[in-house]
Amino acid sequence: MNESSSTAITPQMVREHGLSPSEYARINELLGRAPNLVELGIFSVMWSEHCSYKSTRAHLRKLPTKAPWVLQGPGENAGVIDIGDGDACIFKMESHNHPSFIEPYQGAATGVGGIMRDVFTMGARPVAMMNALRFGEPGHPKTRHLISGVVAGIGGYGNCMGVPTVGGEVNFHRSYNGNILVNAMCVGLARQDKIFLSAAKGAGNPVVYVGSKTGRDGIHGATMASAEFNEDSEEKRPTVQVGDPFTEKLLLEACLELMATDAIIAIQDMGAAGLTSSSAEMGDKGGSGIELNLDHVPQREANMTAYDMMLSESQERMLAVLKPGREAEAERIFKKWELDFAVIGITTDTKRLVVKHKGAVVADMPITALSDEAPVYQRPFTRHAPREIVQPRFDPARPVLDSLLKLLASPDLCSRRWIWEQYDYSVMADTVQAPGGDAAIVRVHGTNKALAISTDVTPRYCKADPFEGAKQAVAECWRNLSAVGALPLAVTDNLNFGNPERPETMGEIVGAIDGIGEACRALDFPVVSGNCSLYNETNGEPILPTPAIGGVGLIKDVARTATIAFKRDGDTLILIGETCGHLGQSIYLREIEGREEGAAPPVDLAAEKRCGDFVRSLIEQGRLDTVHDLSDGGFLVAIAEMAMAGGIGAQISLKEPASVPFLFGEDQGRYLLAVPAAGAAFILEQAKAAGITASSLGRTGGDKIALEGAGEMSLSKLRAAHENGFPNLMSGSELPPKN
Amino acid sequence: MKSAVIVFPASNCDRDAQTALTALTGTKPFMVWHGDTEVPDVDLIVLPGGFSYGDYLRCGAMAAQSHIMRDVKKKADAGVAVLGICNGFQVLTEAGLLPGALMRNADLKFVCRPVELVIEESQSAFTRRYSKGEHVRFPVAHGEGNYFADDATLDRLEGEGRVLFRYAPGDNPNGSARNIAGILNEKRNVLGLMPHPERASDPLLGSISGRPLFQSLIDTLS
Repeated sequence: MNESSSTAITPQMVREHGLSPSEYARINELLGRAPNLVELGIFSVMWSEHCSYKSTRAHLRKLPTKAPWVLQGPGENAGVIDIGDGDACIFKMESHNHPSFIEPYQGAATGVGGIMRDVFTMGARPVAMMNALRFGEPGHPKTRHLISGVVAGIGGYGNCMGVPTVGGEVNFHRSYNGNILVNAMCVGLARQDKIFLSAAKGAGNPVVYVGSKTGRDGIHGATMASAEFNEDSEEKRPTVQVGDPFTEKLLLEACLELMATDAIIAIQDMGAAGLTSSSAEMGDKGGSGIELNLDHVPQREANMTAYDMMLSESQERMLAVLKPGREAEAERIFKKWELDFAVIGITTDTKRLVVKHKGAVVADMPITALSDEAPVYQRPFTRHAPREIVQPRFDPARPVLDSLLKLLASPDLCSRRWIWEQYDYSVMADTVQAPGGDAAIVRVHGTNKALAISTDVTPRYCKADPFEGAKQAVAECWRNLSAVGALPLAVTDNLNFGNPERPETMGEIVGAIDGIGEACRALDFPVVSGNCSLYNETNGEPILPTPAIGGVGLIKDVARTATIAFKRDGDTLILIGETCGHLGQSIYLREIEGREEGAAPPVDLAAEKRCGDFVRSLIEQGRLDTVHDLSDGGFLVAIAEMAMAGGIGAQISLKEPASVPFLFGEDQGRYLLAVPAAGAAFILEQAKAAGITASSLGRTGGDKIALEGAGEMSLSKLRAAHENGFPNLMSGSELPPKN
Repeated sequence: MKSAVIVFPASNCDRDAQTALTALTGTKPFMVWHGDTEVPDVDLIVLPGGFSYGDYLRCGAMAAQSHIMRDVKKKADAGVAVLGICNGFQVLTEAGLLPGALMRNADLKFVCRPVELVIEESQSAFTRRYSKGEHVRFPVAHGEGNYFADDATLDRLEGEGRVLFRYAPGDNPNGSARNIAGILNEKRNVLGLMPHPERASDPLLGSISGRPLFQSLIDTLS
């Protein structure tokens, strides 16, 4: 008998595996006996929050996931949409929060590797990476170390893979001091008739293992990701895996080469919970059984137990089911790329997962016990009462241009150049819009069309109002895609929250999912893939609710796009959308007045759609090439960003005296356009006809921002503050006061 | 002009080089696998950017020892034009086809951005379509592009007109000695440069100032 399969299970072992007594009782019931240690380990990862979505599954069902252009919604490794001409876009966003806090370089690197595998396991070549990062206060002792490590890790992996990292977002807030968020999104391209799924249909087919050898790294990573942090979290470093982008590059090329044949029935990457989840999920989806013989698993270390091998999260591995007789052909390809290849099992018709090691059966369980029978909880939750919209106090006498200067240098608004210059964003020679715009634009290689990609969420809005905040995240993503001229098609969501066992946190989760659902329905922007990361808290302090939204849109003619940079002197500035001057939860209120209060700005989804469709159609008609959406910091920050990007200033003339709420309020659904003066009247008329609020507010030109009645400030001064913000933050030379 | 692109297992600008060469020469280059022993009979061999064998050791150190590099050296000695871009430049220095070494960037960080370059010498097969002193803009994307050689070697490179590309003053992204971005071998048929001309060959990507490099080669070699 194998040691790990003969050990008796104690209540302490159950606890250490993150299973509750009632869950353990249920396992006994499903098996008709007590599990052995290997089986307990398998249940513990498969029933973990990370793999089972047991707290969120009931709510996620409410999300809209279908549209005529959705080829594959949630449930596979990634979502797939139709982008015309037989092409498909495959994408997903996933978190690697806990590992990145413990070991930032490797945590972030393996996060990138994991999400790339999710995409290329479906047959796509990854063509773009994005990442949504949240760190603690800039002045916190760990923050700079974490930023350096995470950015280097993302770059180290993505750069070697030769996939451009084209954008993302970064926020700072004290709630992330002990629990940063690293969400990576991968976008890939495939032909629609060459998409690979994970359903291991049929019995008697060989199960093959390809990629790196299995080591003892990352054991119980999924379980770790499903628990809160405390002072001892550093001791969990051994659960973080180490990435090897070179091997992943080989694996990518070898998989795509194998996929060009018709030898594959199903393929799945070994991500969280490694061999266990990949085999269980493939059997589950295919309605088949799987029998594995661990003796054949390529192993990095001697004397590995069945428990080690089933729970290892060693990176850069894939499991595939081949058509019988095609093993030699597949092996040739993997040998060419100098990767391990081994037949480690066979599909069966028993619907059971059977694991053999050294001649003994070390695990034998019905696959449905791991998937369908995994617990689903209707956790109690308290809904957040919406806050009344009251204009917060502010000092109306503060000089607005000084405030602008301070905002542009603030951690949440300063230039992210320090970060993105460490990412190879131009490899593959299709990056049309580099980082720094509203959305990244990547041409579909060899064609005249392009994908636009954006990731968005404003966590402070979500804290104030999970429902409106999540709506806003979807709306802003949709707006960013529209602002470059893309038709938004679908999203992936990465739901980062605290402990769902607290009713308040669960209320945030439910509210956010409802908000995402409402916005996605209204904007025809279905959710096709996603990931939940819960238990993001340290010593009982949860993070701000952070439902990150990654959206993809299609640009039919890559010659017709818009960017934020001013392009000509004398263009007319046109503001599209309704401005009420909403200062609640604004960056201005936090950075200038030092208070985080008020309601999140409400999102009128019908107006959002009207304005976005209008702006996009102007770009498509070739009438508009300069657009910026208004978001953090509001109108004046947007003008400054457009001016700095183009090296051309602006004269702003307002109908009423410039007020703080008008200049810095964060009302939603707005865009700023710069159009040649001759075309301005036409656009204003068209807007009026479409029932859209639009007004001209000045013109481009000069080398400063001049605001009637409030003075002027040179672009060079603004740019210096904006560009130096991040380097100063990283050098610690200008640590902002603690907020 | 017939060309070949050498493909190491983790080359990742091989396709970009292929795209640019195909567009500008009208013919697809041969894509030559690193495990092969012979490069087809071509006018130009390109060593593309990327991470060759992962580059966990010094960049290009293992690639310099690969099977295919023996034939690349042989062909270079015989006068075939060789263009090493980024990782390709690193491989050329490791292989001894070009002098000096490429160290880690001075600020220890990977850097990706467009840089301004000065054409130092138009008397070469690679730069005849440029004029001396012309400023061009190519992207760089590397972690180890800090060119180093001893003073005598640097003096010689400069004296013999073998520095073809220099970073414009104030735009040196990696700390390279004397702002050197690209150099020729003694026989003037092997060029290594860190910036990416193949990423500056399509107007949609912001710059076409890399095209004359390929057009110079076409003029010379066709």
